[in-house]
Amino acid sequence: MVERCKACGFCVEFCPTKVLALSSAFNSKGYHPPHVVAPEKCSGCDLCGMYCPDFAIYGQRLPVAKEAAPARTAAATNLEVARES
Amino acid sequence: MTILDVTNPVEPFLRTDRMPHIWCPGCGIGTTVNCFARALIESKIDLQSLALVSGIGCTGRVAGYVKLDSFHTTHGRAIPFATGLKLANPKLNVIVYSGDGDLSAIGGNHLIHAARRNIDLKVICVNNLIYAMTGGQTAPTTPGHAITSTSPYGTCEPAFNLPHLVEAAGAVYVARWTTFHVKQLARSIGEAFQKKGFSFIEVISPCPTLYQRRNKLGDGLDTMKYYKEKSKVKHGAPTSEVGLTMTGEIIVGKFVDRDRPDYQSLLHAQMVESLGESYVEPSETVCSCS
Amino acid sequence: MKADPRGVLTGTHFLDGDHACCEGALAAGARFAAGYPITPSTEVVERFASRVPKVGGTFIQMEDELAASITLQGAVWGGAKAFTVTSGPGFSLMMEHIGYAAMTETPCVFVDVQRGGPSTGLPTLPAQADMMQARWGSHGDYEIIALCPNSPQECFDLTIQAFNFSEEFRVPVMFMMDEVVGHMTEKVIIPPADQIEVVPRRHTRKAVEDYLPYGTNGDGVPEMAHAGEGYKFHVTGLTHDEHGYPNMTPATQDKLVRRLQNKIHDAIDRITLLEEECFDSEDVVVVSYGITSRVAQRAIEMARERGLKVGKLRLITCWPFPEKRIRELAATTKAFVVPELNLGQMVREVERAANGKARTFAVPHAGGSVHRPEDILKVIVEASR
Ligand SMILES: Cc1ncc(C[n+]2csc(CCOP(=O)(O)OP(=O)(O)O)c2C)c(N)n1
Ligand code: SF4
Ligand code: SF4
Ligand code: SF4
Repeated sequence: MVERCKACGFCVEFCPTKVLALSSAFNSKGYHPPHVVAPEKCSGCDLCGMYCPDFAIYGQRLPVAKEAAPARTAAATNLEVARES
Repeated sequence: MTILDVTNPVEPFLRTDRMPHIWCPGCGIGTTVNCFARALIESKIDLQSLALVSGIGCTGRVAGYVKLDSFHTTHGRAIPFATGLKLANPKLNVIVYSGDGDLSAIGGNHLIHAARRNIDLKVICVNNLIYAMTGGQTAPTTPGHAITSTSPYGTCEPAFNLPHLVEAAGAVYVARWTTFHVKQLARSIGEAFQKKGFSFIEVISPCPTLYQRRNKLGDGLDTMKYYKEKSKVKHGAPTSEVGLTMTGEIIVGKFVDRDRPDYQSLLHAQMVESLGESYVEPSETVCSCS
Repeated sequence: MKADPRGVLTGTHFLDGDHACCEGALAAGARFAAGYPITPSTEVVERFASRVPKVGGTFIQMEDELAASITLQGAVWGGAKAFTVTSGPGFSLMMEHIGYAAMTETPCVFVDVQRGGPSTGLPTLPAQADMMQARWGSHGDYEIIALCPNSPQECFDLTIQAFNFSEEFRVPVMFMMDEVVGHMTEKVIIPPADQIEVVPRRHTRKAVEDYLPYGTNGDGVPEMAHAGEGYKFHVTGLTHDEHGYPNMTPATQDKLVRRLQNKIHDAIDRITLLEEECFDSEDVVVVSYGITSRVAQRAIEMARERGLKVGKLRLITCWPFPEKRIRELAATTKAFVVPELNLGQMVREVERAANGKARTFAVPHAGGSVHRPEDILKVIVEASR
């Protein structure tokens, strides 16, 4: 998914809580995809997902494993998924 | 890790085997598709009932990226193709997804006549104010003074105000958003699915490569910021007052939401009135394969 | 399969060619037509508009021929058998969509009731001057089938044949009438539905996972699915691969365009329909089609009365051009005489196929009326020398 990013910056600009920033890393097409700089601020609102013209990112509220954890957790971006897989 | 189990919610609506798509960085077309996919998720519409028809152009390529029965037709003729599809199988929900040039220049005659007939089609018109696919020529929507490859000294022709045009021709639902208004756009698409009749949603969208750059209007992100700053939501605004200029205000919102019998209801009523018992519903016999 | 009896007006009728063509379409199972009025073809859709609501189908008059010629294709992908009807100026506007139908393999029928041209020409008078346009009018390499009726009865019979070919080969079929055939009234016998063979759509029976929209089973013709059935297929006029996805490489282009051509060429013997009256070693064979074949018949009889050895070959299938038979006849014949209502179109094909083995004589006519038999006779006499 990180490979789909064309670094337009829409997600970074319009994230209401400024969770994202364009990274200095390159994807294989030579673009700088965004990365999560403030995961704790992410509401999972998925605005980044709606804005992304390349279907490269999205936000989601994750179901949490521990009862104790707050229901609202960090966004999972495809970018992160891609990085880990 | 749970994080690995999640997938982008729009993935099931896309031909992911065809990604990455051809659209440029900062092009708004992908954003509109994203909103379209989210409208499908939200409206819980049966995907099998959907067919998407495009003409030719950058926007015309949408048909190739959605995982639906999809038709990439000829330049300007998405609406008449969709008309045939809908009439042959009235159960289909038929979406026309195409560019401003395709729909309002070469296809302009079909646009007004489909609105007049009130054919039950959902038209999504991505208006990037230019002919993009062919390299940035003047479109009927290009605002005055804008530089294009065929108006190197600035466009002198007056532009079409599309919401005004389709309202006058008879559309039952007319809305305009920009690619900045993602939630509103998705909602409008959902609303159009609820309407029976000719619905038209114009989406103002950046073409950084050909329109913005040539007019020194920055990149896709700059354009999105302009949309954010200069758009004014005015639901029900008189469409005669929503014309666009190059750098001025953009009136967005739902302009028209009215009811008028659609073509197939009219046809049915006319035939029942004139033929009575001897009228045979088309849907009963139309399929050619049994 | 047999015709749907609802569309078959069994009985003996007195019909003109336009009305007979409409009855042929209904008998063939056409339940959708899109049209735009133009003389001398409009009667076909006028009748359809009146008949089809009682049979279960739709006629829509579109805003122009650009629309009509693609609306019908939308209907085909929605599951209908569909056609459009036009004449010269409208046929010109339809060209892009004939190419679209060829490229996307959309089975459909285009009826052209030919009138004099170019441009607005002779709206109410005959010609046969769209024959090359029918074959080559759209851009790019492609194949179509074209049939030419010479009577109202054939307008009925061959319209069914046109639909059948279109379904069998998934190809647009040009039904090349002319003003005289369209407007002449004769006896037309419409048989009972169970005596009319119609070719159903090549609809796939494959499961969604196994279906390749443009994959073939060896005969070059893919199976079709309709919108709304869950196949989620893609159709494009761009050069495409077996998935139907755009794939604009020389290799894909070569494979696709050759298949589109070969699926017709390989079946040419089956597609070729001729009416022939040739005995051994004629001096002259008159090659004609459509209304001209009826005038030619008179000329042939006159020539035979004078003791000339004259054969007759009527092209019912004009495209793909039946060159094999012309080649065979060229070996035993001195000359071909080709009367047609144009200044020389199919005669070029005859000449090409004869390849110098027999001489070829045109009998050109600019249209507006039919030939006088004497004018054809004159050329027969000259050719038999
Ligand atoms: C009959 C015909 N004329 C011209 C073209 C060339 N052409 C392709 S796309 C296009 C314009 C597309 O503009 P628009 O509909 O605004 O779509 P965009 O590319 O801006 O999304 C043109 C003129 C064509 N494909 N077919
Ligand atoms: S993830 Fe999407 S929205 Fe964000 S920069 Fe990349 S392409 Fe643009
Ligand atoms: S999901 Fe998270 S990262 Fe994405 S826009 Fe919302 S808050 Fe920002
Ligand atoms: S040329 Fe313009 S409209 Fe076409 S993909 Fe690029 S940015 Fe988008």
